Amino acid sequence: MNTITVAPPKKTATREAFGDTLSFLGKETDNLFVIDCDIGKSTKTGKFSTSFPERYINVGIAEQNAAGIAAGLAAQGKIPVISTYAVFGSMRMLEQIRTSVCYPNLHVILACSNAGLTSGSDGVTHQAIEDMGIYRTIPNMTVIMPSDYYSAVALIKKAIHLPGPVYIRLTRDPIPVIYNGQDHFDIGLGKQIKEGSDLTIVTIGDMLSHALQAAKILSECNIDAEVIDIQTLKPLDSALILSSLKKTKKIITVEDHNIIGGLGSAVCELSANLGLGQVFRLGLQDTFAESGPYDKLLQKYELDSSAIVKKAKEITGK
Amino acid sequence: MNKGTAILEQTAKELRRQIITMIYQAQSGHPGGSLSSSDLVTCLYFNEMNIDPRDPQKKERDRFILSKGHCCPVLYAALAMKGFFPLKTLSTLRNLESILQGHPDMRKVPGIDMTTGSLGQGLSIGTGMALGLKYDKNPARVFVLIGDGETDEGQIWEAAATASKYKLNNLIAMIDANGLQNDGPCEQVMPKHSHEEKWKAFGWRVITVDGHSISDILRGLQVIRNSSGSKPACIVARTVKGKYISFMENNPQWHGKAPNEEEYQAAMEELK
Repeated sequence: MNTITVAPPKKTATREAFGDTLSFLGKETDNLFVIDCDIGKSTKTGKFSTSFPERYINVGIAEQNAAGIAAGLAAQGKIPVISTYAVFGSMRMLEQIRTSVCYPNLHVILACSNAGLTSGSDGVTHQAIEDMGIYRTIPNMTVIMPSDYYSAVALIKKAIHLPGPVYIRLTRDPIPVIYNGQDHFDIGLGKQIKEGSDLTIVTIGDMLSHALQAAKILSECNIDAEVIDIQTLKPLDSALILSSLKKTKKIITVEDHNIIGGLGSAVCELSANLGLGQVFRLGLQDTFAESGPYDKLLQKYELDSSAIVKKAKEITGK
Repeated sequence: MNKGTAILEQTAKELRRQIITMIYQAQSGHPGGSLSSSDLVTCLYFNEMNIDPRDPQKKERDRFILSKGHCCPVLYAALAMKGFFPLKTLSTLRNLESILQGHPDMRKVPGIDMTTGSLGQGLSIGTGMALGLKYDKNPARVFVLIGDGETDEGQIWEAAATASKYKLNNLIAMIDANGLQNDGPCEQVMPKHSHEEKWKAFGWRVITVDGHSISDILRGLQVIRNSSGSKPACIVARTVKGKYISFMENNPQWHGKAPNEEEYQAAMEELK
C-alpha cells in the first residue's frame, strides 16, 4: 500500500521520509515505540509524538540509556525505533547496541539522521563518516542507507518486519527524489539502475543522483557505465555486484562515508574473494571534512559527479 | 524467626554451595559478588518473584536483570535449584558448548530475561521492560540487581532519571552495596557518598536493608510490594563481598578468582 498521499518536493531529505513513515506505521503497528534523545524536532519524530504520546519516549540527551531502553522494550515484544544523529547512534551508544541489542539479536530499529556530510555546516563533530563501517562489523546487524525519499519509506517499512537489529542511515539535507511510490524495494537487494559495459558505479544513499549524473556525462564521452544503487550495505547483494563485476571488471564505489569500512571495503572484500576485478573507492579519503554547505563539501572532497567522471575516465583510459 | 525464613536461609546456604562448586569446577568466575548477593537472590527467586520454571516465558512473570552480570553463578544456581534446567548443568559453567556463558545469555538459558555482562546497562533495560509492561497493563514487576561499584557508570543515573520521569513503580533496583569493586574499596575508587540520598534525589523511593538478613530483605520487599505511589523503588542492601567464607570476606582479591582445591574444601567446610 502506498502510504504517501502528498508527493514530496523534488529534493527531500530522507529524514522527512522517516517522519512520514513513522506516523503511518504508528497507526498500523500498535507495538511500535519511538525513543528520542532530545533532537526530535530535527529527526522528524514530531508527528509520531503528537499522535502516539503513550508510545513516545524522550530520554533527553542520554543516548546510551536510549539504547538500553530499546533493548528492554524489544525484550517485551515491542518494536522500538531509536531516533538520533548518526554520530551518536553509531558511537555514543555503540557498545550498548552491540552488547544489549545485537548480541541477543533483539529487534531494535536504529534510525539515524545527519549521515555523512549531510550535517554540512555543523562540522566534523556532527558528520558521521564511520558509522556504516562500524555497524557492518557487528554480527546480526543489518545496515541500510536509502537513496531517496521513496526508497527510505519502503525500506523503513521493511525494517519493521525484520527479526533482528537494523541500522538505517538518513540524510539531513534534501536529496533528489529518484524513485516513485510504485517502485519495489527489499532489504538485501540492490537495484541496477542503468546497464553498462565499461565500468560499474556502485553507490549507496545520497550518492546515487551523483552517480546517475556522472553516467550521463560519461555516455557523452562514449564510456558506458553501469549504475547500481546498493541501498543495503549488510547483507550485501553479492550476486548483483558479482554479475556486474564479471561483465565490466572495474568498479567505482561511491559513498558519503570514509573509504575505510563502508561500501568500498565491502566491495573490495567481495572482489578479493573472487580474485576478480578492480575496485576504486570514492568517499572521504580517510580524512575528516569541515563545516560548509553540503554540496560544496561534496565538491571539495571529491564525492560529486565530476569526481566520479574523472575517476571513470582515468580507469577506463578513455 | 519464622519457619519460612529458616527454610530460605537453608536455601541460601545451598545456593552458596552451588556457587562455590561451579566456580571451583570451572576454575574461573566471580565468587565475591555472587556471595554478597546470594541472600538477595534467594529472597527474590524463592519467595518474592512470580516465576514458573515450567513456563519460563510466561507473560505475567516478574522479570529479573542481573546488571552485574559477572555474578551469574548466583543466578545460575538459583535457576537450577528452581528447576529451570538440571543442577548438573552447573558443572559446565564457562565450558565450550555450555548454556552457562561467562556472563548471562538470554538466548541460551531458560529463565534469563536479559543478556548482561557489560556493567551499567541493566537499569536502562529494566526501564524499557517496565515501560513495555505498563503499556500492556501487565502487572509484572522488573527487578534489577546492580553492584555498588557498577554505579560508577553514568548510564545508571540516566536510567534512574528516566524511570522516575515515567513513574515506573513496577521497577525495583537493588543495590548490592558490598563496598568493594575490582580495584579496591568503592569509597577509594569512586566515592558515592550516600546511595540513599542519591536515589532519593532522583525521585526514587529508597529502603535500606541488611543484605544478609533474610527477614530484613523480606521486610524491604514487602514494604515495596504493599506501597502505593508512582515512584520506582530502590533497595540499598548493605552486604559483604565474599560473605560466609572467612578468607573471602571483604577481600577484593576474591572479586574474580576461583578457589584451588584446598581453598574449595575450606570454603565448603564453612558452608556446611
